[in-house]
Amino acid sequence: METLNYRYEHGTRTLPVRPELVGVVSSGNLEVLIEAVDLGGACSVEIKTAARGFGAIWQAVIGDFQQRWQLADIRISINDMGATPAVVSLRLDQAVESMLEEK
Amino acid sequence: MSLSYLEANARERIAHLLDVGSFEEFLPPAKRIVSPHLGQLDAPVSFDDGVVVGRGTLQGLTVFAAAQEGGFMGGAVGEVHGAKLVGLLKRAVQDGAEAVLLLLETGGVRLHEANAGLIAVSEVMRAVLDTRAQGVAVIVLVGGSNGCFGGMGIVARCANVVIMSEEGRLAMSGPEVIETANGVEEFDSRDRALVWRTSGGKHRYLLGDCQQIVADDVAAFRAAALAAVQTCKSASTALTLAGLEAEQAMLTQRIARFGTLSEPQDIWVALGLSATQAQQVPMLEADAFVALAANYRVKG
Repeated sequence: METLNYRYEHGTRTLPVRPELVGVVSSGNLEVLIEAVDLGGACSVEIKTAARGFGAIWQAVIGDFQQRWQLADIRISINDMGATPAVVSLRLDQAVESMLEEK
Repeated sequence: MSLSYLEANARERIAHLLDVGSFEEFLPPAKRIVSPHLGQLDAPVSFDDGVVVGRGTLQGLTVFAAAQEGGFMGGAVGEVHGAKLVGLLKRAVQDGAEAVLLLLETGGVRLHEANAGLIAVSEVMRAVLDTRAQGVAVIVLVGGSNGCFGGMGIVARCANVVIMSEEGRLAMSGPEVIETANGVEEFDSRDRALVWRTSGGKHRYLLGDCQQIVADDVAAFRAAALAAVQTCKSASTALTLAGLEAEQAMLTQRIARFGTLSEPQDIWVALGLSATQAQQVPMLEADAFVALAANYRVKG
C-alpha cells in the first residue's frame, strides 16, 4: 500500500455538510469519501492505494479535479484498488455531485 | 424505472428497498471503523468494512437493515463487518423493530482475518437466533452476483424467510471450492448453467430452501420483503423444537427422494415436472416459474 496526501489552498466552493461515499473498494475501482470540514479554505485529499509508484499520475488527476471544482473546506479520503485515472476522475466528480444533490 | 438488484451496489440496494430517504446509517463511513487486520497485511480497507447497517422504514414500518457489499472482498465477513451485523441485530431487539432485513452478498468468512472472522460469523448466527427468539423476524434477501456462501449461507437458513432472485445463489461450499476439493469431474465451476442449476434461486425455491422467488428488480424484492414482514407479524418468530424437527423431517425426506440424483434437472423431474418443463425452468420469468413450481416444490 502507498499513502499519498495533497492539499490545495484558497478554494472558493463549499459543499453541504452531509458526508457522502461513492464507489466500492474492488478490483479496478475505488471508494471516495467526501466531507465538509473546516480546513481554512483548503481542500485536502488522502489516498491509500494498492498500486505503488503512481504518485505523479495521482497528482495530475487530483490537480485537474480541483481545477474543475475549486473546492474549499473539503476533505476527500480515497481507498483505491488500482482504478485507472479515468475512473478516478469520474468517481471524484460523482462524489461532488452526490453532495450537491443533497441540497 | 426498475433498478436491477444484481447490478446495484449495497448502498443503492438499501436506499431503494426502504422508503425514500428513511435510511439512517449506524457507524457511517465518515466514522472510519475499518478492519484492524487488513492494514497489517498491507491490504486495502473500506471505510464501512463492506457492510452498510442502519434503521429505516418499509411502508412506514420500522425495520433494521444491513447490506453487504459484494464488491469489497466478495462481501466476506471480517471482525468489524461481523460486529456491525451483530450490533444491528441486538439494537433491533432493543428498539422493538418490526423486522431485520439482511441483504446478503458474501463468500462467507474473510479468510484474511482467520479466527476473528470465523468467530464473527458464529456470533452473527447466534445473534440471528437470539433476535428471532426475542420476537423480531429476520428476513434474508439474496440476489447479488457473488451469491451467499459459506458460514453466511448457514446464517441465511437461520432466518425466518429467505427471498431470492433467479440470479441469486445460496449454498455452503461455492463452485470453486467444490472443484478444488473434489475435482473438475465432480463439479465444473466454469459451467455457469450447471452452477446456477445447482445453487441458483430457482433450484433453491423448488427444494424449499427459500420461501419466495422474485424478478431481479429492487422493487420486487421490496414488495416481497414487505409481504414477509407482514406474514411474520402474525406468527411466532422464534425457532422452536417443533420447527427444527419439521425441518429435519423435510431434509430426511429430501435426501431419500433425491439423494442418488446428481443433476438438478433430474431432481426437478423427480419432483413431478415433465422432462420438457424441467428443460424450460431456466428460461422462465419469475411469475411463470412460481406458477409452474406451485404444485411441485418442497415447502420449506
